[in-house]
Amino acid sequence: MSAVGHYLEEGGIPTAGISLVREHSEVMQPPRALWVPFMLGRPLGAPDDASFQRTVLRALLSLFELPQGPVLQDFPYDAPEPRYAEIPEGEACPVNIARPPPASDDALADRLRDEIDELRSWHDLATSRRGGSAMGQSGLTAAQAGARLAAFAGDRLLVDALAPVTLAAALKHASDDLRCYYEEAAAAQPGGLSPTQVRDWFYLHTTAGQVLEAVRQRGMAHADLAVRMLCERMLIPRAVLQR
Amino acid sequence: MARLKDLPAWEREHLLRLRDQAPRLNGRPWAKGPPLRRRRVALISTAGLHRREDRPFGGGASATEYRVIPADTPTASLVMSHVSVNFDRSGFRQDPNLVFPLDRLRELAAEGVIGSVADYHYAFMGAPFPPTQFEPRARELAHLLARDRVDAALLLPV
Repeated sequence: MSAVGHYLEEGGIPTAGISLVREHSEVMQPPRALWVPFMLGRPLGAPDDASFQRTVLRALLSLFELPQGPVLQDFPYDAPEPRYAEIPEGEACPVNIARPPPASDDALADRLRDEIDELRSWHDLATSRRGGSAMGQSGLTAAQAGARLAAFAGDRLLVDALAPVTLAAALKHASDDLRCYYEEAAAAQPGGLSPTQVRDWFYLHTTAGQVLEAVRQRGMAHADLAVRMLCERMLIPRAVLQR
Repeated sequence: MARLKDLPAWEREHLLRLRDQAPRLNGRPWAKGPPLRRRRVALISTAGLHRREDRPFGGGASATEYRVIPADTPTASLVMSHVSVNFDRSGFRQDPNLVFPLDRLRELAAEGVIGSVADYHYAFMGAPFPPTQFEPRARELAHLLARDRVDAALLLPV
């Protein structure tokens, strides 16, 4: 981001950027930067808090009033922390979905389809509240994306039928869309979940997470280098793999 | 939360490694503009955002492309296809303005804090390293922003 700002500024466009990692901005020295103490993925601090988001934007815009730079300012407020639902031990979500060990690839695919169905009413509610869904990379429904991933995990995916999309891209888009569906559904549930809770719920406590782990295991031994790289680094967060 | 001391050791070390490997850019450009209340503002995100009908971001040479987000795009229709899974996405799922505050920008324009909202906004995917790879596309973007009479670009990482 700092580099983009540098080049735009050289092209005559004044820029001001949010800095999520202060140490990076210190060495890159973009023209105008506002460091914010927010978690990665949340540059405006707090979802559904228009007032706080406007405060961040006003602070960022105020950097344009300064006479010279480079400037790196610190935003003085932490993001407000909502009160999230307290989740009992062993239960990761208000709609807890038991995850028995898979009996077979077919059983895993069936359980995933059922799980997606169970979440549908929550997802419909989330979509209605949000004004739309952020799904859309794969062009598939959640059920279709899940079926594609389960088929790969069970070595039943017809790769030739994916063309012109590569296998790695098809798996990545399907996994992102599936995660999106679950996260949007979780956001509609009572009490809400913290970012860590929703991540752990999806990857560690759902059949979808189990399918992604099976995809990862199969993919890391795949002949296609792009599939191996995807499955090693871009399918499951490092924070989950480090557990 | 993004204070390095609050992050797990593996993530802190990764971010410090990136800092140490980051290129040092020559020169300290500083473009000027009119008072804020007269500025025309565009958003430039590196969250890998795009309209649903656009191609998702990918790897290789295409990783440094940008996508155009017209000002009349409903924020709820934006898709995030950033390749990394190592940052929170649940906030964006809940409220796209958390990452791409186009609605907030419109409100600030209506209040007279800024002059106007640009007709076109843009998104890169911030994964490629080193970030000097973005130079050709960023310079191209400077021309497009100038044609849209933008004199304030807000850079929003993820």
